[in-house]
Amino acid sequence: MTSASAVADLPPVVQGKRRFGWGQAALALAIAAFLVLFLAWPVGTVIVAAFTHKGAGGFTLVNFYDFFATDLFIRSTWNSLYVAGMSVVLASVFALPLAYITTRFEFRGTVLIQTLGVVPLIMPPFVGAVAMQLLFGRNGTVNMLLDQHLGFKIPFMEGLNGVIFVQAVHYFPFILINLSAALRNIDRAMEEAAQNLGSSGFRLFRRIVFPLAMPGYLAGASLVFVKVFDDLATPLLLNVKDMLAPQAYLRITSIGIADPMGYVISVVLIVASVVAMWLSALAMRGKDYATVQRGGGGLARRHMHPWQAVAAYAIVILILLLVLAPHIGLLLLSFATIWSFSPLPDGYTLAHYGRVFSDSAVYITNTALYATLAGVIDIILGTAIAYLVLRTKLAGRQWLDWGASAALAVPGVVLGIGYLRCFYGVTLPDGTPLAALWIVIVIALAVRRLPYALRACVAALQQVSVSLEEAAENLGATKARTVRRVVVPLMTGGMLAGFIASFATAAVELSATIMLVQSNADAPLAYGLYVFMQSAAGRGPGAALGVIAVLLVALCTLASHLVIERRQKP
Amino acid sequence: MTAVAINIEQVNLFYGTNHVLKDVNLDISPGELFAFLGPSGCGKTTLLRLIAGFNTADTGRVLIDGKDVSALPPWRRDVGLVFQSYALWPHMSVRRNVAFGLEERRVPRAEIERRVNAALELVELSQLADRRPSQLSGGQQQRVALARTIVVEPKVLLLDEPLSNLDAKLRGQVRRELRDLQQRLGLTTIFVTHDQEEANSICDRIAVMNAGVVQQVGTPMELYERPANLFVAGFLGSANVIDGAKWVDPPAGTPAGAKLVFRPQAATLSAASQQAWLKFEGAVAHREFLGSTVRYGVRGPAGDVSVDVAFHQGQALFDVGQSVTVGVPQAAAMWLST
Ligand SMILES: Nc1ncnc2c1ncn2[C@@H]1O[C@H](COP(=O)(O)OP(=O)(O)O)[C@@H](O)[C@H]1O
Ligand SMILES: [Mg+2]
Repeated sequence: MTSASAVADLPPVVQGKRRFGWGQAALALAIAAFLVLFLAWPVGTVIVAAFTHKGAGGFTLVNFYDFFATDLFIRSTWNSLYVAGMSVVLASVFALPLAYITTRFEFRGTVLIQTLGVVPLIMPPFVGAVAMQLLFGRNGTVNMLLDQHLGFKIPFMEGLNGVIFVQAVHYFPFILINLSAALRNIDRAMEEAAQNLGSSGFRLFRRIVFPLAMPGYLAGASLVFVKVFDDLATPLLLNVKDMLAPQAYLRITSIGIADPMGYVISVVLIVASVVAMWLSALAMRGKDYATVQRGGGGLARRHMHPWQAVAAYAIVILILLLVLAPHIGLLLLSFATIWSFSPLPDGYTLAHYGRVFSDSAVYITNTALYATLAGVIDIILGTAIAYLVLRTKLAGRQWLDWGASAALAVPGVVLGIGYLRCFYGVTLPDGTPLAALWIVIVIALAVRRLPYALRACVAALQQVSVSLEEAAENLGATKARTVRRVVVPLMTGGMLAGFIASFATAAVELSATIMLVQSNADAPLAYGLYVFMQSAAGRGPGAALGVIAVLLVALCTLASHLVIERRQKP
Repeated sequence: MTAVAINIEQVNLFYGTNHVLKDVNLDISPGELFAFLGPSGCGKTTLLRLIAGFNTADTGRVLIDGKDVSALPPWRRDVGLVFQSYALWPHMSVRRNVAFGLEERRVPRAEIERRVNAALELVELSQLADRRPSQLSGGQQQRVALARTIVVEPKVLLLDEPLSNLDAKLRGQVRRELRDLQQRLGLTTIFVTHDQEEANSICDRIAVMNAGVVQQVGTPMELYERPANLFVAGFLGSANVIDGAKWVDPPAGTPAGAKLVFRPQAATLSAASQQAWLKFEGAVAHREFLGSTVRYGVRGPAGDVSVDVAFHQGQALFDVGQSVTVGVPQAAAMWLST
């Protein structure tokens, strides 16, 4: 990923401090080595394997020929594209009204909506899938009520519909967050100028507001597309097998690590992710419209007429109910004795929680350990890369950023397969393969989450004015001491935000870890959930574990939010 | 199209508990170039936005062409507002920006084409029609914003500090262009500025505002020669204000409690004693060379005053510390109590 040669031809030393120039180069090399070992090599191995003849070795395209000649794979490809595309559409339907109403109008509960809107993210989508089955499935709450009162059912959860519905509910916050930020960054005068020239209502939105918010929307939408395209566990749990990511997993786990099809599918997944991101980057080029407020007086949000307010509340509450349905369902399920063929559970019990705490506490401690370690690795790497990129003149420093961000385009299942292939052959003195160690899971999580942590660190460092550092140096602090005493303290908020982003998502990640978990004792929470949720009897305890996972992540996120807020108060 | 009048009647406006506009009454005549002048934060933009429909008054009403527009939303008012930040849409070319208002009015395509071209020609931007706003200079952006507004032929034109984002050199040129254009179109126009020179140089009449209150309305010369109060006197040009009570030897006819106000260039300065309606002894405290004039700060028992003396080449100047006499002719003296 990183060009070692570029790093080696020495940095144009900043302000003649030669010794620190060497330190920077050494740091850059260490990061580069990490990225090569845990990202480039595993992914490269997967790609090479896809082009290697199974029996004879050597370069071949025959594996790809086989892929395109197999009906199942072609169908899986189309299904994956369809599901990802439709999930973006449905997620947009959820996100657009929430973003627009909360950023443009005087609306009570804006903060609540923006907070609740992010809640779906802190639960793995496949966990929600089970709850959604119970609420929206063929014999779920909603359809039973519809059937009783109106005499028809809606196939919310049948086949691909179910995957689309669950994914849209789960990932729509990415669009909500990006779109809201984009809407807030538009100078209100842009809209007022259009109103002044006679535009209003939906035309105003279509011609001015939406085009200006387009970059933010695209950023969110492409993320949703890629996430859904790569997701493994949700289709599996909903028993949809003819999609690409499940196929890759099934090939490797059922036929074996030597079967080339798993690798071919991995390459297809990578290509699709890269193309989706590249297309959105292309569409966004030259469209950085963030327009800062200059003339005064335009900050007021618009008032709503009473009837508008009623309509807005109705829409917002309906959407919130929908997107929070998985959580509501999960909570019910975790307390339910039996819940099937009835709108609500038959009775309530605490037994599931008891069982989780006695049998499955190890999942929780494992997750806390893994996600914390992954988060720590990420902010250390993120801060170091951000500093090297923004504050030094090291040749090739940009490659570190690109390299770390490239993880975004690598589906979790592909990384997992790569680790298996690379590290399974390497054994420790006592004979255990390297890939079986839990620390490998931590590294996989760290690599997967690094792009998010890195963006948070870069943003934080960009907000620290260079002159603050220069002032410290001017007063005699060396570069290293300036970093420690000025830069890092000022970046703490951003670093914490990066840590939360890593921690919260790593805690519920499954697609890479599902390949790497070798024993129940080393398994994280998401894996335990997955195991529970596969059997009808395990659903109660599974739901209880899910509720604990949500609470764990929510509490950690809240705690670090409070820390940030306190720090930012002058 | 005939020009229309704007009447603002008894307007009060609050932002929360902040009383931003207080009992504002203004009558702006058809075809007039009228200025709102006042320091930053005095409520000029708020008043302008009220006319455009972006703010609602708590009391009072706004009439355009004799009709109360208070109930009309911004998009029905037909009032052209040029924003301080220009608010050009970055995702549209110059031409698309200018065509926008006509498209919203469902004007036929051919006519849009014709009118957009005419507007771009008027502001001399035909060559740059297909550029994006970000590819234009500040002055060009300002003219696009103007073209975008006037192309729809609004009933009135509102300009919010249109020159504040331009550099000093362009400002003088653009303000004359604005005046020419306004005269040609015959549009009733309100020009918001905090710069008295800008208002004085091109506007027919000015409303001077301070802290949400209209202090005085009049032509630039009226305001300068007969300011209604101390604020107006100080805001339009420099003024010396001397508390009557401190006057050692008050001239006959001094109104009780009033302050004496005179302009620095109306006073005379001499080394020896001089004959004048009013005399004032002191010493030169500082001296600033302003080009065509030299401004002296004179400190005396009655306070500090400024005196401008026309500068001629080779002329001898007063030195700092030198004793001087300031003379004020009766015609230049104004008595103001507030
Ligand atoms: N949207 C707003 N909300 C609250 N107060 C405002 C708002 N806009 C302006 N103000 C306040 O109203 C006063 C007048 O503002 P403004 O009309 O923008 O002044 P000017 O244009 O003369 O500089 C200021 O004190 C300002 O702080
Ligand atoms: Mg203003």
